[in-house]
Amino acid sequence: MSAKWKFCLNIAALSALFGLLYLFSRYGSGYQIRILTNIAIFITLAVSYNLVNGVCGLLHLGPNGFIAVGAYTSALLSMTPAEKELNFILEHLVWPISVIHVPFLVSLIAAGAVAALFAFVISFPVLRVRGDYLAIVTFGFGEVVRVLCNACQSVTNGPLGLKGLHPYTNLWWSWGVAVLAVIVIQRLIDSNYGLAMKAIREDETAAMAMGVDPSRRLLVAFMVSAFFSGVAGGLLAHLITTISPGVFTFVLTFNLLIMIVVGGLGSTTGAIIGAVLFTWGGEALRIVERPMDIGIFTIPGIPGMRMVIFSLILMLVILFARNGILGRWELNWDFLASKFARLRRTDTPL
Amino acid sequence: MRTTLLLQQLINGVSLGSLYALIAIGYTMVYGILRLINFAHGDLLMVSPYAAIYGIALFSLPWFLTFPLAIISTGAIGILLDRAAYKPLRQAPRISLLISAIGASFLMENLALVIVGGVPKPFPRPDFFNHVIRAGHLHIQVLTIYSPLITLVLVFGLLYIVFKTRVGKAMRAASWDFEATRLMGINLDSIIALTFLLGSSLAAAGGIMWAMKYPQINPFMGVIPGLKAFIAAVLGGIGNIVGAVIGGFLLGVFEILIVALLPGLADYRDAFAFLLLIGILLFRPTGIMGERSAH
Repeated sequence: MSAKWKFCLNIAALSALFGLLYLFSRYGSGYQIRILTNIAIFITLAVSYNLVNGVCGLLHLGPNGFIAVGAYTSALLSMTPAEKELNFILEHLVWPISVIHVPFLVSLIAAGAVAALFAFVISFPVLRVRGDYLAIVTFGFGEVVRVLCNACQSVTNGPLGLKGLHPYTNLWWSWGVAVLAVIVIQRLIDSNYGLAMKAIREDETAAMAMGVDPSRRLLVAFMVSAFFSGVAGGLLAHLITTISPGVFTFVLTFNLLIMIVVGGLGSTTGAIIGAVLFTWGGEALRIVERPMDIGIFTIPGIPGMRMVIFSLILMLVILFARNGILGRWELNWDFLASKFARLRRTDTPL
Repeated sequence: MRTTLLLQQLINGVSLGSLYALIAIGYTMVYGILRLINFAHGDLLMVSPYAAIYGIALFSLPWFLTFPLAIISTGAIGILLDRAAYKPLRQAPRISLLISAIGASFLMENLALVIVGGVPKPFPRPDFFNHVIRAGHLHIQVLTIYSPLITLVLVFGLLYIVFKTRVGKAMRAASWDFEATRLMGINLDSIIALTFLLGSSLAAAGGIMWAMKYPQINPFMGVIPGLKAFIAAVLGGIGNIVGAVIGGFLLGVFEILIVALLPGLADYRDAFAFLLLIGILLFRPTGIMGERSAH
């Protein structure tokens, strides 16, 4: 399929997406819009997480740390000095942050930049190790961020968190960021850098023998992933409007892991499908935690049952269908065209 | 007065460290054979106190019967964990194995949450462990003295099994060369099951002592001790049993002393352990005793 065709199809798909979003924003209920906004934020998170976990093959367990950094950065920058005064009762906010007030867009970019800077700093210890050790070190950084958010009261307001953020995040912001993240990350994966990352995933020694410098390529992936996680963190903060260290626990990382494993590790479109299924399915599964009436008797709701189901799904997928939905395939125009062509071929009589 | 305080804190540190040591052994043994960080290991530590509580409440058994039964049943759950979550993935890429381990850990925590509920339960501490010894200004609970002693007894028992028996020899062989051991006609599945049984039982013993030390138990109580114990295992050189014990004691003393000497930094206690881990991985990745040097 020619590049020109694909470009036209992409434009058409994007217009269809935004047309659909416009219809929802006009006629959809608040609940539907909220879920759609959530889906877009999780698409951004899952796609950027997949860049490190799926494409580079590093089991990174600290995205909750990056999301927290982004959320706090963006929240502290977008609040007015008066609002900050109201929030920080126990300790005063340190000086330069207490007076800065910037527009939402700038605060989002700053959130991404600070998260990427944080990724750059921790990449020195993190990227020196691989496998299990990398998992535990990144997990450790995620926890350290949470501990710091709790302890540094004069910056983060400690366990009280920040309240009363403006609900800036809407359909357009979240889907705009999601589309941008998907385009940037997919371009990166298709580039020379992405090839090198996949080579490192398959065999690091062989990649090094071919002249690929793993630490440089992995650093790029790590920082791009952190940037978009940070931006998504900023969006999340201005969607839920109240943030505290308890929001950014390892459970967040676990949810992202389920999304990319179910979608297929290493596939961007798989991550998107995983994010949509998880967010939508997670809402649908709320019925198991509510009491149910079945004619004669009532089944009481079981709190915590949703997480049991999620962990079961993760384990079943990893044990019996390790490739997830898409494996390493991408659901792109070439893939669709080849499927279509195969369908046509089987139709023709021998 | 200052020295008594320091002595008191040192004893507390050794006591805490002995629990880390017990849990760290399980990480190190599984890593030695499967090269896998068993993320669900910390959650085994939560199983035994609940088993003990239900044993005491439902069958009204005395504690000296309940505790061993709880430990054995946790060991059985350890074997079940390996069979269900790790055995099907022996030939799979490492990342799948790790994800399965994380999934198993979440499954155990949340299953426990569904079964026993989220409200923390009080753990009945037997009178036997409740006495307080007074010596001058020192006030020491008997439990604080017993837990390092129990730990040492269990560790020597384990070392006897690993170094003096035939199955122990098979375990050491498996950690040297997995495939060659299989070629020698050793049933690796039963060796791995034994490894999980021993590691999980020690973690269960640690869990019961942990529950007596901090007598409020909840389904997530194993997470933080599990992580600390993992750090202790890396500190001592992962794959090395003696190293794990030494690492456990060192970490316990280090943590208590930091809180005791610099009380202003107490909030950062959990962060310190991770910074210690990162420091070790950067400067001496094989730990202070070196990987597998005891094998």
